[in-house]
Order: sequence, then C-alpha cells, then structure tokens
Amino acid sequence: MSMLRAEPAEGGRAATRDLTFGQAIKEALAEEMRRDPRVFIIGEDVAEAGTVFKVLAGLVEEFGAKRVLDSPISEAGITGIGVGAAMTGMRPVVDIMFGDFITLAMDQIVNQAAKVHYMSGGKLRVPMVIRTTMGATRRSAAQHSQSLHVWPAHVPGLRVALPSTPADAKGLLVTAIRDDNPVVFFEDKMMYGLKGPVPEGEYAIPFGVADIKRPGTDITIVATSSMVHVALEAAKALEGAGISAEVIDPRTLAPLDAETLIASAQKTGRAIVVDEGYQQFGATAEIAAVIADGAFDYLDAPVKRIGAMNVPVPFSPVLEDQTVPTADSVAAAAKALCGRE
Amino acid sequence: MEPGAHGRGISAIATREQWLQMYSQMVRIRFFEEQVNELYTGGKMPGLAHLYIGEEAVAVGVCSALRRDDYITSTHRGHGHCLAKGASVDRMFAELLGKGAGYCRGKGGSMHIADPETGNLGANAIVGGSTGIAAGAALSARMRGTDQVAVCFLGDGALNQGLLYEAMNMASLWKLPVLYVCEHNRYGEYTPSDEVTAGDVKARPAAWGVRTDEVDGQDVRAVYAAALGHVQRGRAGDGPGFLLCHTYRFRGHHVGDINRAYYRSQQEEAAWSRERDPIRLLGLWLIRQRMADAAELERVEQGVRAEIAAGLQFALEAPYPDPSEVTEDVYA
Repeated sequence: MSMLRAEPAEGGRAATRDLTFGQAIKEALAEEMRRDPRVFIIGEDVAEAGTVFKVLAGLVEEFGAKRVLDSPISEAGITGIGVGAAMTGMRPVVDIMFGDFITLAMDQIVNQAAKVHYMSGGKLRVPMVIRTTMGATRRSAAQHSQSLHVWPAHVPGLRVALPSTPADAKGLLVTAIRDDNPVVFFEDKMMYGLKGPVPEGEYAIPFGVADIKRPGTDITIVATSSMVHVALEAAKALEGAGISAEVIDPRTLAPLDAETLIASAQKTGRAIVVDEGYQQFGATAEIAAVIADGAFDYLDAPVKRIGAMNVPVPFSPVLEDQTVPTADSVAAAAKALCGRE
Repeated sequence: MEPGAHGRGISAIATREQWLQMYSQMVRIRFFEEQVNELYTGGKMPGLAHLYIGEEAVAVGVCSALRRDDYITSTHRGHGHCLAKGASVDRMFAELLGKGAGYCRGKGGSMHIADPETGNLGANAIVGGSTGIAAGAALSARMRGTDQVAVCFLGDGALNQGLLYEAMNMASLWKLPVLYVCEHNRYGEYTPSDEVTAGDVKARPAAWGVRTDEVDGQDVRAVYAAALGHVQRGRAGDGPGFLLCHTYRFRGHHVGDINRAYYRSQQEEAAWSRERDPIRLLGLWLIRQRMADAAELERVEQGVRAEIAAGLQFALEAPYPDPSEVTEDVYA
C-alpha cells in the first residue's frame, strides 16, 4: 500500500502511456483481480462477449468463468447476489449494462446495499461496485440513454463516481473496488474510445477530491463525466472572447468535494454547473446550491445550471442533439454570466 | 401430515437432548414474543413488531439443522429466526427498545436485527428483499471454498415477488448451497394467500429445477428432518432447495392488528392454537416417547421465563445511544 500514489501525475513527472477510457477500466479490473482473489465480476455478457461495449474483453481468458460470471438478464437478482457476496467476504463488481437498467435493481441498491452497514449498527459491510453507463447521443432512445447518477447520489450509504478521463477512470475504479462501501460507478458509454495519458503502475485516486481540469480566473465551470470535455471545449472558445474559465471535475458526487468547488467560485465570482442528467432536481441543482451556500458573498451572478433537457431522450438525431449540453450552449451561458453577450 | 407421521424413525435423527433443546428454543421464542406484545400494549416499545407466535417450529426446526457459521436471512417477522440462530434475548430486547446495547445499536429495530457472529445476515423489511442476498452468501461460500450453506426465510407473500425467481434461477444454474424456506402462514398482511397466489406453489421452484418439498410447519420434527436433508445436500454441492412449511400466524400481521374478523374467523384462529400449537405438539410427543415428563417441560419453561425476565430487565435499564451516533456507520 505504501507504494500507492494518491494521484496519478505529480506535475506530469509520472511516466504515462495513452489508453482509451475502456482500456483503463479493464486495466483497473485486471490489476485488482490479480491483487485480490475476493474480487469477481458478475453481469450480463461480461465473459466471452466482454460486455456489449467490449470493455471487459480478455478478462475471462485470464481469470476464468468462476471470476467473470455471465449472468442471466436479471439486474435485481445479480445486484442482490452481489450484496450477499459482499456481506460475506467477497468484493463483487456487478456490471449493469445500461444505466437505465439500475432502475430494475433499485431496491437492492437503495434499500439493501446502502443500508446494511447502518442498519446493522456497523457490523455488516457491503464492499461492492456497480459499474454502469450513462450518456446520450448514441441514437439509442429513451431507455438506453439516460444519465441517472443522481438517483444513487440521493441515498446516504452509497458512493457515486463518474470519471471523465482514462486516468481518472482507472484510479477511481481502483478506489471503488478497495472501498468498503457500495459504489455506483458511472461510465459515459460515448467515452469508451476516448484516449488519454494513463500513469504506469499502480495508483488510486481518492474519492471526494475534485480535479481542476483547467485553471481560470473569470468563471468556474463545474462539469461531470463527458461534460468535462464539453466544458473544456467551451473554455477554449471563451478564451478567444477574453474570458478565462476554470473547469472543475468533482469526479465523485458522493462524497462531493464542496470545498474545492466553493473556493473556485469565491475566486471567480461566477459559476456554471454542467451535467448530463436531467436538469430538474439534478446534480446541477445540488451543486449549484452547495456553491450558492458557500460562496454567496463572492458571487456576482446566480449560479447557472445546464443539465439535460427535461424530456425522455428522443431517437431522431435532430431531436436528441438538442437535449444535451453542448460547448456552444455552455459558452453562451458563460458569456451571458460575464456580461459579454 | 399429522405430527408423528414420521413415526419412530424420526426420533433417531436427534438425541433426546436435541429435542429438548428445540423445545426450549421454541418456548424462548414464544415467551419472547409474548413479552414483546406486552411492551407494545404497555406503550414501552417504539414502533411495531410482527410476532412469530405459532410459527416457532419452522425457525427452530431449520436452524437446528444449521451450523453456527451457516448463514440465514430473515424477514420482517424475524425475531424467531434470530433467536433460533443463536441470538440472545437481552440484546434482542435492547434492540427492540432502541437501546445502544441492541444488536444494531438501536439503528435497526425489530425488522432489521442482524448478528454476523451467529451467521444472521439480517432481517429484511422488504418482502422478498433477501432472496438474492442469500444466494449471494451461498455463492460467496463456494467461492471462498467453505461448505457453508445459506438459508433464506420468506413468507408466502414473497412468493409473488419477482426477485425470488431471478435468484432461484441463478441458484439452480450455479448449484448454489441456498435453501429457501417458505413459511406459508396463509395470509400476506391482511389478505388470504390464495386470493393473490396462482397455481401450485411447489411447482414454482420445481420448474426452476430446485429440489422442493413440503412439510407440516407445526411439527418441528418434520421441519428438522426435511431441513437436515436439504442442508446436507446443499453442503455436498447438490444445489439449492425449497422447503414449503405450512404454518399459521396465531396473532395479527403486527401487534396492532387486533380486529381480524374481516380477513379470517376467530374459529379458525382458535382451532389452530388449540390443535396445532407447535410447542404443545412437541411436548406431547416428548412425553409419549418418555423422553420427558410434564414436570421437566415445566422446568424448561420456568428457566426460559427467568431468562426472558432478566433479558427484559437488562434492556429496560440499558441506556439509549448517544444522539451523536446518528451519523455513525453511514459509511464503513
């Protein structure tokens, strides 16, 4: 454990290589499975198929069918089995193919996994990871496109991570697997092919530590998961307009690094929160409230929220593309907030 | 099936001491529950409780077939399971009263008692909610290379929850050492089971390839014999089982369910408690077999009564948790 670095890159000194987001996920799983015989994977099409997104391809060959368990299409059942296995000494990684399907397992996540430790007075633990996906614009329509990460984030007892880069994906997944609590881990399916530098060797990224993806002085853009890239693109455009945007990725919603978000808003005086979940009652609302509470005296404008449109995700590209935040919509909102329309 | 239908053969599966132990355990559950009812009617217990009175033979028969390190998951009507698996009455009472000395430090209450030291993975207030958890504990036992088994207690109400069938499907596919024990007490809350449950109950697990049989749940000897067989086969790697136990909830759905005439008759209730009381049935059998006389059974009951009184006293005197504990144990 002493070998473990808290952060992947210290001033860029650590040696890296480029991996895709999906490869980083698989590398984290493979390393943890080699390190800890209690870790196993259970889910639909996780073995030979390597999941529909091929993220796990090759794991069953290395670890065998007893540790990479192909399950029936029974989301509640495999989550329940995960909870029971976790309570009795294993560290399951439950694969829920599409984030929309966590709705089928909600009792097991919310009433069982989240509450076992508390209800038992601290005697039982559920060290389980539920890996699932999020993100629209894949032309998959209303039941395969939602970003429901605030559902588990609402419930005490659960941890929620949603990485935005390959390096963060690996480091956060390692932490998730080693955590003694149930963690719901959201991967934007549109990012599986995204490439980025990933440090060599073993590392873990602690939960509850936001990462400033781009420093700036005029406005804070808090963004989650793939919206970080939307925000970075917006920041680049804003630079041309003379606006210096700071982009911050909370990386985990539960726990939420309120301190870093508030400090940034205090510094810049303006904040936008961008998230791909529905805007109503969403992550943007919670984070905006946290910033408003903590930085009220420093703010020059109300905190702006940009979430997904409050409609079921439509199929037709013409319709669907309007529903998610874009670099243009974020940049326009930032300009308005800075009085530069 | 009449009690004693198994004849003399069954007495061979347990010693006199074991039968007396089961008698004592059933009496412990009965007296505990009667005391819980008094705590409720006396206004001393926060919330409600779902009494197990009348169903004692199921918990005791099944848990007597288990080792301490075997797992159980329990239900909202779970006091009997917890006690039968080895929980002590003092910490049970303490939990029901919301005291810090309770099994869950006052955070679980009647419907959530867990005691990992006796393999009790917790009572569950979601009907059918633990059917996957029990299968997961069984999977874990096999992955860790132990020969532990897991028992999932469920009521007839859980027969209509889909999760049971998802879990049984995987348990059967993967030959997991899990035994589903269905306590069919004829009523789901305030509704007769047959009004909401179609077809033949036994045909359901059987269709999943799960070894299934049914017993008179008022006859602890029959329950024990059947459970022992299932547990031994589960331990040997022969896969899951389903044991349908026909029983009866002598009291209401919970302690506050007093007027029950709209869903079942007083005559029906009286007939069950008069003729089908599991404690009385075992007592009569023990006397008939000359394993015990009435005086000895009376001594057992007196001993349990003293234990219950002491346990209650302990719980009444125990302090409440410190208010600051409310935020402890949210995360491990």
